[in-house]
Amino acid sequence: METLKKITASPLFLPLFALAVLLIFNIIFVDGFLTIEMTDDGRLYGRLIDILNRSSSLIILALGMTFVIATSGIDISVGSVIAISSAVCCTLIGGRGDGAAEYPMLLAMLAAVLAGVLCGVWNGLLVAKFKIQPVVATLILMTAGRGIAQLITEGQIITVYYKPFAYIGSSIPGNILPTTIFIAIAMILLVTFIIKKTSIGLFVQSVGINPTASRFTGINVTFVIFLVYAFSGFCAGVSGLIESSLIRAADANNAGLNMEMDAILAVALGGTLLSGGKFNIGGSVIGAITIQTLTTTMYALGVSSEQLPVIKAVAVIILCLMQSSKFRVMFNNWKSRNKVGPQGDKNFLMDEKAVNKA
Amino acid sequence: MENLLLEMRQIDKVFPGVKALSSVDFTLRAGEIHSIMGENGAGKSTLIKVLTGVYPRDGGSIYMEGKAIAPRTPKEAQEVGISTVYQEVNLCANLTVTENIFIGRQPTKHGFIDWKQMNTRAQELLQKLNVDIDVTKTLDHYSVAIQQMIAIARSVDVSAKILILDEPTSSLDEQETQKLFTVIRRLKKQGMGIIFISHFLEQIYDLCEKITILRNGELVGAYDVAKLPRVELIAKMIGKDLSALKDFDKSEEKSVPSAGVFLDAKNISCIGKLNHMDVQIHQGEVMGFAGLLGSGRTETAELLFGINKITAGEILIHGTQMRLDEPMKAMQQKIAFCPEDRKQQGVVGDLSVRENIILALQAKDGIFHHIPLNEQIVIVDDYIKLLNIKVSDREQLIKNLSGGNQQKVIIARWLATNPELLILDEPTRGIDVGTKNEIQKMAVTLAKQKGMAVIFISSELDEMIRTCSKLIVLRDRNKVAEIEGDAISSENVMRAIAGGDA
Amino acid sequence: MNSKLRTLTNEAISSQYFSFFVTVILFLVLYGVGIMTYKGFMRPQVFFNLFIDNSALIIVTIGITFTLLTGGIDLSVGAIVALSCMILASLLQNTGVSVPVAVVAVLVLGIFIGGVQGYLITAFNMQPFIVTLAGMFFCRGLTAVISRETISITNDFYVSIASERIGIFGLGFISIGAVVALCALVVAAVVLKYTKFGRTIFALGGNEVSASLMGLPVFKTKIMVYVISGFCAALGGVVYSWIMLSGYTLHGLGMEMDAIASSVIGGTLLTGGVGFIPGTLFGVLIQGVILTFITFQGTLSAWWTKIVVGALLCIFIIMQALITERKSKLSSKSSIEAAKQ
Repeated sequence: METLKKITASPLFLPLFALAVLLIFNIIFVDGFLTIEMTDDGRLYGRLIDILNRSSSLIILALGMTFVIATSGIDISVGSVIAISSAVCCTLIGGRGDGAAEYPMLLAMLAAVLAGVLCGVWNGLLVAKFKIQPVVATLILMTAGRGIAQLITEGQIITVYYKPFAYIGSSIPGNILPTTIFIAIAMILLVTFIIKKTSIGLFVQSVGINPTASRFTGINVTFVIFLVYAFSGFCAGVSGLIESSLIRAADANNAGLNMEMDAILAVALGGTLLSGGKFNIGGSVIGAITIQTLTTTMYALGVSSEQLPVIKAVAVIILCLMQSSKFRVMFNNWKSRNKVGPQGDKNFLMDEKAVNKA
Repeated sequence: MENLLLEMRQIDKVFPGVKALSSVDFTLRAGEIHSIMGENGAGKSTLIKVLTGVYPRDGGSIYMEGKAIAPRTPKEAQEVGISTVYQEVNLCANLTVTENIFIGRQPTKHGFIDWKQMNTRAQELLQKLNVDIDVTKTLDHYSVAIQQMIAIARSVDVSAKILILDEPTSSLDEQETQKLFTVIRRLKKQGMGIIFISHFLEQIYDLCEKITILRNGELVGAYDVAKLPRVELIAKMIGKDLSALKDFDKSEEKSVPSAGVFLDAKNISCIGKLNHMDVQIHQGEVMGFAGLLGSGRTETAELLFGINKITAGEILIHGTQMRLDEPMKAMQQKIAFCPEDRKQQGVVGDLSVRENIILALQAKDGIFHHIPLNEQIVIVDDYIKLLNIKVSDREQLIKNLSGGNQQKVIIARWLATNPELLILDEPTRGIDVGTKNEIQKMAVTLAKQKGMAVIFISSELDEMIRTCSKLIVLRDRNKVAEIEGDAISSENVMRAIAGGDA
Repeated sequence: MNSKLRTLTNEAISSQYFSFFVTVILFLVLYGVGIMTYKGFMRPQVFFNLFIDNSALIIVTIGITFTLLTGGIDLSVGAIVALSCMILASLLQNTGVSVPVAVVAVLVLGIFIGGVQGYLITAFNMQPFIVTLAGMFFCRGLTAVISRETISITNDFYVSIASERIGIFGLGFISIGAVVALCALVVAAVVLKYTKFGRTIFALGGNEVSASLMGLPVFKTKIMVYVISGFCAALGGVVYSWIMLSGYTLHGLGMEMDAIASSVIGGTLLTGGVGFIPGTLFGVLIQGVILTFITFQGTLSAWWTKIVVGALLCIFIIMQALITERKSKLSSKSSIEAAKQ
């Protein structure tokens, strides 16, 4: 009983449990779910590999979103930033039919990531400097961002025929695993390195938990907030590369569509409170894989990509309810009313209220 | 027993772990201005909140004109005739003056709000209070003084029998205060009972007839203002009898300040917080800021730490002029500040003890000079041992510690930055006696052994008298006295705090 | 003289209606530039078309303004518009339901969605943006569940409502949708100015703690604003379906930002407590004029609209932030002066 309690109390329990349920469901109902085969040109393929491949860009988004949410902010512009980043990358490489690149691919990739960072810097300025509510500040780029992407691609869907570009989304010849997985791992390592070697993680949590005390301790709250949005933009820029390479094209209307919701879900599922504070990078990564597994499962069940948000919206509300202290008090109240009887619990409630007010 | 308006009998209120009120009595007559006094945590605001239905009471009874009442919300209290005007005026700045008076009770015509009638009535109501303003302008056009009047007008219009004024004058100047007093006296003549809470002694002696004194949640007594000298009032609030004080003041060995001046603040001011203050702090000196809450003691500390900017004067550190306009700049000058409101300004609740201790040092070092975990552990363990912090584990969340241990963690946070000036604002509030002594001793030891300059701020006079080698006394945002060496005694300090013809 | 001018400008800037005046002037300037640049702008019908084309946006903006006034936000409005169009199209094309029943059903659904969101926000202290963001995804997803393809509305009666034109002094005409929008404007303005409920919304947005200490019904009012927002979005959806005569998953995409932008441009403070219904009308009209410009220009692409609207929203929010800062500086200055006296 004790150990069971310990396990369920772990922040990683919820995302892992959800992932396990989804995997078991898939193993039972989807034929050959676990099969991994080798193609003729020496690549591994199979449903599991596919899920990992597809979840890479979501993992990267979730990394950036985790920091933003930890400062009790939100970034709903990431989907549009993906569109901008892919537009920049594909436009620079160009859609030449002969398969040549207009500009070197490396330059195009750098430019795309830089575009993402710029978007993040813009959001950061609005939130940290002008003190605009995060949701409104990032809503501007969420909506206008697709317009900007259209502007870059001049309203066209730019299809890239330059071969090496496809390597990002699939795999570099001679490699058995998709490149996306390596990119995701590299990003996770980068974030882990940043958390281990700098104090940004500590400051982000401190700002998210108690901004006043943070200021009284000498932390530059404005700069920390600015930084997390810039980093979220960077992550979205990298995701944009993957997303565009997966389809070898820049589609300003559909690139990264609805991914902001997926990223928020992944972070919430991973155990980071939407009200900010302690974050859990590992949880967010597992959360992202879980959400992608959910998406793939739903596709397998015949749910279309346009319909999927219904399920995810419900999931977000449920997660939020579980995080809401008022709901928990109500829930505990209801539970212990069945157990202990109403009197003792009512006193407990009053005490808590009094403490809150005091 | 005529004119009895309100009787509170044997009021009890318990918060988890603290008995906030124990069998407190309070009586208010019609046409009386009555003050409730007490230091921090004495139970004043709890008593008011019980009366106005913000907190449920755990025991005792309340009678209004002889009838038992039990308001559960401020609204219910209003309905029986108890209105409150708070320090931070609880009105809506974005609404017009008229609306702030009438909202929720607007006069209607054919089901729609009758603005014309409402404006006229508001104008009349305010004129009765001698306030002549444009009632169609939004509230934020007017000074806090006018806003107080408007709040009073609202209370009067709901035909209140009892008006509670909670620190109404704390942000008013002399002229505005007098105007407010005229209004209050007029309401008194109309037979209203008024509870006036203020930290300004002058004002209480000017306005009130009776004072009820609370200490540590218990009733000390109710007194006629005319028969209670100020020094006696202070003594009753602090809980020391004047005659008994003389031998109490035996100090332990205090720190002797060295000749080197660490900080020299010349004529510093901050609008609405502090007027023209001079402070000179030497190395190895333990200096106390004495005064009642709101006297300017915390405000001075916040100016020195760069939380607020000075609007006049200059601050020299080691003889060089410095602009301390943000905490980091003060920290770079080796100043450290343990704030008064531990919960809001000090503790980062969901972080561990280790993280809380390391936070300031890390902020000072910057994001990219991360202190490696093993070094953190060495520092943290040192301070846990040095300050005798009782934790099960350095990774324990700080919010799960007792108040005293939380305070020690915050002090450790600042000692870790190796400061030359340590400001302790109410470091012993709400913690047990043993820990209190430890912290007092620590302040002296730091000054003696490390030559650190320490500013000690406390509502408890005796601990300041025991620890400080120099006391600056503040009253009403002004420095009123500087007491040094042998002159430091409860009597002297109290006289200085009380001021006037004590 | 100079100081008098300065106090006058200070007075103007600190006025609640400053943003509204800026908006009206901006609208007139834009329209004037239009008249000078393009001959076609002179025709009165161009002006009336602003109302016809933006009738749905006007209604949606009214709803969102209620939530913004309390300091909240409703991101689900665009998706509710899409859902309403889709349900109408699906009911009218695939079932024998009559037009009035279909319309009422959609409006009731809007009220229900708003009510659920409002309840979650108020009862569980959940942040409005996350609840309504989920609402947005939910409604848009639900639209796709009904149909992923466009459903055209061919119901004769419905089409005749949609194409009905009401003449105005022989100068031009407006649609029924525009009339509905104008009625909604009047009703909203009256509710906000002349009812206790309306004033409670302002009090709530100004200071929630004060509002509850003054004994105002905070809980009920907070839920009600989301109900109104949901209702307005559904009504906007009905009017939108008269313009589009179809149901489609991408209808009203990004409309939440257009609506927030209109409201903010019209003088609503995102922090709550300040707002002005006639202002929101001008906020919508400014967007309409910009769109007209882009149409008249011919070579500019439609996505410029989103960018320009985003930029406008930014400028107005930053202006608000600067004004608020200036105001607080002004008030502290006046207290200094008072202290000196």
